[in-house]
Amino acid sequence: MTDLNANPKTMTGSAGAATPAASRPQGFSFWRWMRSDTRAALALTYLAVLVLAAILAPFIAPYSPTEQNVMNMLAEPTAEHWLGTDDLGRDTLTRLMYGAGNALYAAGLAVGVAVLIGVPVGVFIGFVGGWIDEVVSRVIDAVLAFPPIVLAVAITGALGIGLTNAMLAVGFAFAPYLARTMRAQTLVVKGALYVDAAVGFGASRFHLIRKHILPNAIQPVIVEVTLLLAVALLAEAGLSFLSLGVQAPEASWGGMLARAYSYIEIAPAQMYAPGFAILFTALAFNALGESIRVLLDPTVKKI
Amino acid sequence: MHGVGRMVTRRAAQLVPVMIIATFVVFALVFLMPGDPAVTLAGDFATEERIMEIRALYGFDQPFIVQYGRWLWNALQFDLGHSLFSNEEVSTLILMRLPHTLLLVFYALILGAVTGIPLGILAATRQGTRLDKAITSLASLGVAVPNFWLGIILVSAFALDWRLFPATGAVSVFEDPLQAIYYATLPAVALSTNVTAVLTRQVRSALLEVLSAQYIRTLRAKGLRPQAVLWRHGLRNIAATILTVAGLQFNLLFSSAVIVESVYAVPGVGSLISYSALNKDFPVVQGVALVLVVLVICVNLLVDVFNSILDPRVAAST
Repeated sequence: MTDLNANPKTMTGSAGAATPAASRPQGFSFWRWMRSDTRAALALTYLAVLVLAAILAPFIAPYSPTEQNVMNMLAEPTAEHWLGTDDLGRDTLTRLMYGAGNALYAAGLAVGVAVLIGVPVGVFIGFVGGWIDEVVSRVIDAVLAFPPIVLAVAITGALGIGLTNAMLAVGFAFAPYLARTMRAQTLVVKGALYVDAAVGFGASRFHLIRKHILPNAIQPVIVEVTLLLAVALLAEAGLSFLSLGVQAPEASWGGMLARAYSYIEIAPAQMYAPGFAILFTALAFNALGESIRVLLDPTVKKI
Repeated sequence: MHGVGRMVTRRAAQLVPVMIIATFVVFALVFLMPGDPAVTLAGDFATEERIMEIRALYGFDQPFIVQYGRWLWNALQFDLGHSLFSNEEVSTLILMRLPHTLLLVFYALILGAVTGIPLGILAATRQGTRLDKAITSLASLGVAVPNFWLGIILVSAFALDWRLFPATGAVSVFEDPLQAIYYATLPAVALSTNVTAVLTRQVRSALLEVLSAQYIRTLRAKGLRPQAVLWRHGLRNIAATILTVAGLQFNLLFSSAVIVESVYAVPGVGSLISYSALNKDFPVVQGVALVLVVLVICVNLLVDVFNSILDPRVAAST
């Protein structure tokens, strides 16, 4: 691996010969991808476990997420409470599992909103061009100039505090990033010869966008979407830490950190589990995104 | 320099519509409020008088475009209304708090630059080695770690356990600059990981690209020392990359500051906007968003100007 990396030409050359599937999506094999990229396999396994834990939390969690126990507050990890308890005596492992559901829902919602706004807008302005493109591009520049969390906090403040509103806000703040990528890709694909050919055959605009432009322009967006999931997850944790997102008594990793921080001098151990949960999940989304980038475009150098 | 001047005028002209749209977005936030915004803004126990007062303050009884025009006109004179809670002027609140946030953001930028740039150079010049792998893994960690959690860990270690730094609070940079920097150190470190990580990656890949260029091969072939190739030709060509990344990070650092400021109880605009959003103090929320977006747009322009001075190709292409 080391030697191959030192010479990018050899790397892509041999990789292309060994796994022709990478450059031809129709020959794509999930298992080959997983075998060739251990990091992605690890990330995907972790995420699968996380999704399962979130879905099955009501059945497999050892305690109720809101059950308080004043006799056992801020406990150290024990056989009954593997990760200890919080300031109200609630089981940390249980709340971690319920928090996973909120974290994944939040990341999915925010990125979903960003895709629903960003992708159509990007394709449309890239396709029609002209003054519409000029005007909408300036709007995109303007929204991009806002620090994303500042815009999200402001929108949440207006819509009302809560996880769903906060994530709609984050999604809106992310949308211009996707729109910009999608627009640039559409411009590239629009200039391709096969699109000219389709126009020559009398293809309608709708047909062009659906059959030619969207499938060929979407690839970088898939990578960006995966990476955005990590950013959205971090945003949810931060906003819940500020109690602008998930509201008590519902469990969230950010909210757990806020409580742990209040009692940091009594029970410092409580600050680790939620933090590592956020870190590992963000790392997993990023590793997956990078892997998909390499998968879709084998000429890309691994970073 | 002629090209630079023309480029600056053109970019500035492009920024005018962006600025107008950004202010409009801030203004229009009020209309996201469910129900009658005047009633919402007045709070739960508002009198009819208070509601009328707010209606007049925002001009909700006027046509939409008139409302916006009036709001913008006032904002241009730095009249951003009053806080619904303390009744203080929003502009005063922001002016008092902005220096704290700017200190953190610039401190974090500097920390990120002095760590990220050398790490990126090191990784690029040792490409493929174990050191390169370690550095790139560190960069992956840097973008994934929640800044506020790192902040909490730093408090726990450096403030509570080892008592090297104050746990929370801030000192005004105008009163005692050294104390201000001392107090800002932990939050700035917590904020800087993203800058370090992104700069490391970008410097590494930009430098790798430059070093594989034909003219570098020529320079090496004619016997120029590797150090000279790197410093005189390699790094000069990635200066624009560094500046662009730093400009983008300036924007994102305000994002992280919103959360990190509340960990360290820093009385900056970040904690101001989150506190005000929780308390439905909407004029303050709007004021902070407006000031920050204007700041970011101005910094973007500055970055473009510096870039075109550093690299004439930039000026020619825009």
